[in-house]
Amino acid sequence: MSRNGPLAIAFHSCIVAFMLAPIVVVCLVAFTPEGYLSLPVSAFSLRWFRAIARYPEFVAAFWTSLWLGALSSALALLVAVPAALAIARYRFRGRDVLAGLFLSPLMIPHVVLGVAFLRFFTQIGLGGRFSGLLLAHLVIVCPFALRLTLASATGMDRAIEQAAISLGASDWAVLRRVTLPLIAPGMISGWALAFIQSFDEVTMTVFVAAPGTETLPVRMFLYIQDNIDPLVASVSACVIAVTVVALIGLDRLYGLDRLLVGHGHREP
Amino acid sequence: MSPAILHRPSRGGVWVAWLLSLPALAIFVAVVVVPLAMTVLLSFYDWGQYKGIEPVLIWKNWREVLTDPYFREMFARTFRIALLVTLISALLGAPEAYILNRMASPWRGIFLLVILGPLLISVVARTLGWALLFGGSSGVINKALMNVGLLAAPLPFMFTETGVVVALSHVLLPFMVLAVWAALQRIDVQVENAATSLGAGHLTVLWRIVLPQAMPGVLSGAIIVFALAASAFATPAIIGGRRLKVAATLAYDEFLNTLNWPLGAAVAVLLLLALVVVTLGCNALIERRYAEAFR
Repeated sequence: MSRNGPLAIAFHSCIVAFMLAPIVVVCLVAFTPEGYLSLPVSAFSLRWFRAIARYPEFVAAFWTSLWLGALSSALALLVAVPAALAIARYRFRGRDVLAGLFLSPLMIPHVVLGVAFLRFFTQIGLGGRFSGLLLAHLVIVCPFALRLTLASATGMDRAIEQAAISLGASDWAVLRRVTLPLIAPGMISGWALAFIQSFDEVTMTVFVAAPGTETLPVRMFLYIQDNIDPLVASVSACVIAVTVVALIGLDRLYGLDRLLVGHGHREP
Repeated sequence: MSPAILHRPSRGGVWVAWLLSLPALAIFVAVVVVPLAMTVLLSFYDWGQYKGIEPVLIWKNWREVLTDPYFREMFARTFRIALLVTLISALLGAPEAYILNRMASPWRGIFLLVILGPLLISVVARTLGWALLFGGSSGVINKALMNVGLLAAPLPFMFTETGVVVALSHVLLPFMVLAVWAALQRIDVQVENAATSLGAGHLTVLWRIVLPQAMPGVLSGAIIVFALAASAFATPAIIGGRRLKVAATLAYDEFLNTLNWPLGAAVAVLLLLALVVVTLGCNALIERRYAEAFR
């Protein structure tokens, strides 16, 4: 039973149309059979998807993005999990400062981070290198990995760990057999959200990337700056498809509102 | 469970906590704190077309950024766009979050996914969508309207502030919905029911019961949207083009085209400072006003 009146439904329909229109139009234009920007009226064609293969820059950028996203998210998890355990379980002087520092990339505009990274990496000789890009992405996706791991570490029932200790388990066994499996859903969702953030990031990356280490959004952005044609629409359609699949998976696994709101809001 | 069990503070514990945080701390100090400090320093360096960057501490860039009318106009445009986007997001996002919250079970989840999902779709792809819809005479909507005869010339959208505001509102609306949605989760439905049973009309309930309780969510959403809109890069760069500069695109230009890094650094640091002041100021105001909601 919906408790919304007809006016509310009409408003809601407009918002949904507003949110979906640009995304739908990109996907439609990608299927045009013509050589110029147009909606496919009479026939759908895959010619612009096949055309992607003829532009090695896009294919290379796709692989860069994929590797960068997977690696930076994994590394972020590697440093975020111990930090999350420390912040969730111990009260110590400097705890709030640490948490603030680790979440700070969420507050600092990405253009400022881009400027700072460009200066820093050029000075230490990592300018335009994949390793520099990896460090930069590690830092900006870390808050997402940390937040979700932190949520599951705080929500965890410590009695289970104490039961394991009282039954004679060593610290290492408790960590490996009890703690990590219990926070695993948070870790997996944290990795996935971090991956999506890295895969979509453009503002900071456009400063740090150089020809050869361009990510897919950066390549798309630079291409659009020169001209807009159906090719870039078909590339965007592929990106949208990948994101939608990941999105539905994440929603099933964790719940999108919980994922994005950040603190575990449990359904009754 | 009592908090005492949750956080067993022991002397060894503190060391363990620091040890666990050490890898993250080392990376964040090296890759966030140090580069930011270097950027602030860079904004005081000198630069010349032929001599490049010279490490001397002078006020030249800051004086230029703060007094030159070109920069003043650019910052005014940046904050005007951000303010409009914030206003539009609040006017559209707050009612939408309320409507979503009142939906019945399957629809609620589906539409939450539809509204919040675009948040995770590439900004470049979403902005491209707006360029395709309205871009010049080849824009899908413009072409359709002109074919039907409703329009004589294409609607001005590309390279205009209006276009940037519309596209940015689309990009940032989910953040507002999310913030208001979170605030609505804390509202007790029984209060609404009580008001209705005491004879309040639907509008009265909305205005006197729901809105005041949702307001902290609207305001914290507004801060997020404002900060993101003021520092947005890809959308103003694509829709606004090369001439309609905002702070982020100007910094990009100075760094990658003009190569006047010290001036670009001053623009970026000023943007950061302005946003920190606005964000902290608004947060303090909200927390004082709505202290009970954040407890």
